[in-house]
Amino acid sequence: MNSRPPMWKCDKIIPSELDAGHASIEELMNALESAGWEGRDVFHIQMAIEEAVVNAIEHGNKRDASKQVHVVFVVDRDSAEMTVTDQGEGFDHQNVADPTEEDRLDQPRGRGVLLIRELMSEAHYNPKGNSVWMRKVRSKDEPEASY
Amino acid sequence: MATYRRINVMENGGVHVVHFVDKKIVDSGTIEQLGDELTGLVLNEKKNMLLLNFDTVEFMSSAALNKLISLNKKVKDSAGQLKLCCLRPEIGEVFKITRLDRVFDIRKDEASGLSAFKL
Repeated sequence: MNSRPPMWKCDKIIPSELDAGHASIEELMNALESAGWEGRDVFHIQMAIEEAVVNAIEHGNKRDASKQVHVVFVVDRDSAEMTVTDQGEGFDHQNVADPTEEDRLDQPRGRGVLLIRELMSEAHYNPKGNSVWMRKVRSKDEPEASY
Repeated sequence: MATYRRINVMENGGVHVVHFVDKKIVDSGTIEQLGDELTGLVLNEKKNMLLLNFDTVEFMSSAALNKLISLNKKVKDSAGQLKLCCLRPEIGEVFKITRLDRVFDIRKDEASGLSAFKL
C-alpha cells in the first residue's frame, strides 16, 4: 500500500458564484500541469470538472448566495480525484433522460452527466445526487511527471 | 456594420467564415456574448451561410454547445446552412460522445467546409 501523500490537495468551500468555481478549476488545472499531466487527459478532466462545478452552482444551489459548494481535488502522478458537493436538493442521477436519443439531441439538459461518465475513469453520485466523486487514471501514453 | 468581440467574420464566396477570439469558451459571460453575436449574424445581418472555424478553440463547455444548437435551429429556420470545421480531436470527441456529430455538419478543414456549401 502506498502511504505517500498526494502531490497536491485542495479542500475548500466556495460560494455559489461561477467566478469562484472557475478560479478553483484554474487551481486544479495548474496543479495538473505542475504534476506533468497534459493533452487529452487534461482536456477530459477540465470538461468533467467544469460540468460538475457549474452544475453544482447553477442547478444544485441555484446560485443561492446562502449556499456553498465543497470541492476536494487530489492530484497525483497517476490519478486525479475530484469531489464536488452542493447544498441543493440533489437529482435522480440514475434516471436522467438520455441526451443522445434522436428526439433529445437538441435539448440542453443531460449532456453534463453523460460527459462526466464518459470522460472519467470512474464517476459516482451519492444517493441524494448532490455530490459527485470522479477519478481519472492517467493514460499510459501521457508523459511521466518530471519531478 | 456590427462590431464583434468574441468572433471575427470574413466573407468567402458567399459563405461567412467565423473564427473565435477565445481559446477557451467556458466563462458564462463569454458564452452569452458569443451566443448573442452568432444569433445577431443570422437574425440581424441575415448572414445564414455560416462556417464556424474552431482552429483557435482549445476548450469549450457544454453550455457553449447549447449555443451552437440554438444557432443551428435559427440557421435552419432561415433556410441557411451551418457547418463546423477545424475541431481539435478532443472537441471532436465531445461531439461524438454527445452524438452532436449527427446534428452538425463537421468538416476537417476550412477548404472542405467551404466546398460543402450548396449555394
